[in-house]
Amino acid sequence: MSEQKNIIPLGRQDFDRDLGKLEAELILMSGLVEQAIFNALNALRSRDVEKSQKVIDEDDNIDQTELEIERTCIELIRREAPMAGDLRRIVASLHIAGELERIGDYAEGIAKISIAMGGQPPLKELIDIPRMGDMAVRMLKRSLEAFISRDANLVRALSTELEKEDDAVDDLYAKVQTDLLELVKADPENAEPATYLMRVAHNVERVADRAMNIVERALYQATGELVSGSTQIEPTAE
Amino acid sequence: MPQNQADLLSKAGSSENILRFDTTEPILESHNLSVTYSGNTAISDVSIQVPKNSVVSLIGPSGCGKSTLLRCFNRMNDLIATADVKGTVNFAGQNIYDSDIDPTEIRFRIGMVFQRPNPFPKSIYENVAFGPRINGITDDLDEIVENSLRRAAVWEEVKDRLNESGLSVSGGQQQRICIARALAVNPEIVLMDEPASSLDPISTQAIEQLIQELSNEVTIIIVTHNMQQATRISDYAAVMMAGEERIGRLIEYGTNEQVFGNPNDERTEAYVTGRIG
Repeated sequence: MSEQKNIIPLGRQDFDRDLGKLEAELILMSGLVEQAIFNALNALRSRDVEKSQKVIDEDDNIDQTELEIERTCIELIRREAPMAGDLRRIVASLHIAGELERIGDYAEGIAKISIAMGGQPPLKELIDIPRMGDMAVRMLKRSLEAFISRDANLVRALSTELEKEDDAVDDLYAKVQTDLLELVKADPENAEPATYLMRVAHNVERVADRAMNIVERALYQATGELVSGSTQIEPTAE
Repeated sequence: MPQNQADLLSKAGSSENILRFDTTEPILESHNLSVTYSGNTAISDVSIQVPKNSVVSLIGPSGCGKSTLLRCFNRMNDLIATADVKGTVNFAGQNIYDSDIDPTEIRFRIGMVFQRPNPFPKSIYENVAFGPRINGITDDLDEIVENSLRRAAVWEEVKDRLNESGLSVSGGQQQRICIARALAVNPEIVLMDEPASSLDPISTQAIEQLIQELSNEVTIIIVTHNMQQATRISDYAAVMMAGEERIGRLIEYGTNEQVFGNPNDERTEAYVTGRIG
């Protein structure tokens, strides 16, 4: 084998560099989204309208980053006509950017609810919802780790782990709903503040679901298996 | 993905990565096909099944033996004095390399279209009528010529110029006339060696569309360097690769979805993503 044959072609080097940039943009976006969820829940807990408004304003950055990632993906598809692992990586990135953008919207939604609550204190002490938030953000981080690893075994292991965490988030969500309903039953005047918190809890629960979607795209990238919930399409159909 | 191509290329192939058709009778099947030129092995142990009315792309880096393999399928390598073919190619229930097989008849039944259009320096009509005439057909030649040119999607463009030289039309039209010439003897298989590589994008599109239409009635095996073309027109893709010893081998054969979407062999992945080749 001649020495020259061991050199990665120049065009390919550029493509690899651009794929690296795409991944860096996704990591950046993921950081923005994690911070948004964290800030939105903190602002809710501290009843800080200014901080809530900041979360709303900063959602534009997240939307802008998603558009940039989308543009990069379209450009790479147009320019490189990617195949195999490259194609899966770009398609997964496109999908994950969409998931992150929706998570950003949930943060914005929580901030808007917090502002709508006005000066009222929360109906009950916020314990379970912040716990749900912590779990959902941890799931989001882990799902991005799965994506970046491109390691089928690690992705599968993380997927199993995150499924359990998602169940735990769902259980907490059910508990929050039950607790709030009890408060409404006890005093119908509680209906409005309970509804606010119900909507917050729903947004947080959806963050965990979106993290699961990201793991599914990480699995697609690593193995070619297309999975959505319990539905699976094998990578090659003969 | 290992960065070192030498590591990649020295890896042995796996028969698990070669698609076999359990339920479909292949129209063409090679067993342990090897070709040497002046004693030097060009391709080794190629076993592949081609289902009827399918389009199979042969892909791989330059010098991996794609064209050599293609030429084996209608005994074109017989025309190369230094070539020696070992193994079998079964077509219509018989090994085409059996001593009682007439290679000329095989080449009518398994036609070939080359990289550069090569019409004979004769009229368009005579180019297409050539094969049937050789086969002793004298009746209905007009109909055969028209039908073949129609099947090759070039009739409307040349119907008023049938007596003009086959070389007087554009490259894309010449190539479709060559395809019509191959079709005029009703082949069961058409072999194509990079048929669109010398054509402009519009002519290439015309050839690709033609291949897809023809695949309803004939089997097509096509060598192409254009992977997007392979994904557009073929049902299956066969990947050839030559290692350090420069002997071409079939390393993967599967559906387009597999080969271009999620290949089993890391050398295929490296080739289709432009890391080698």
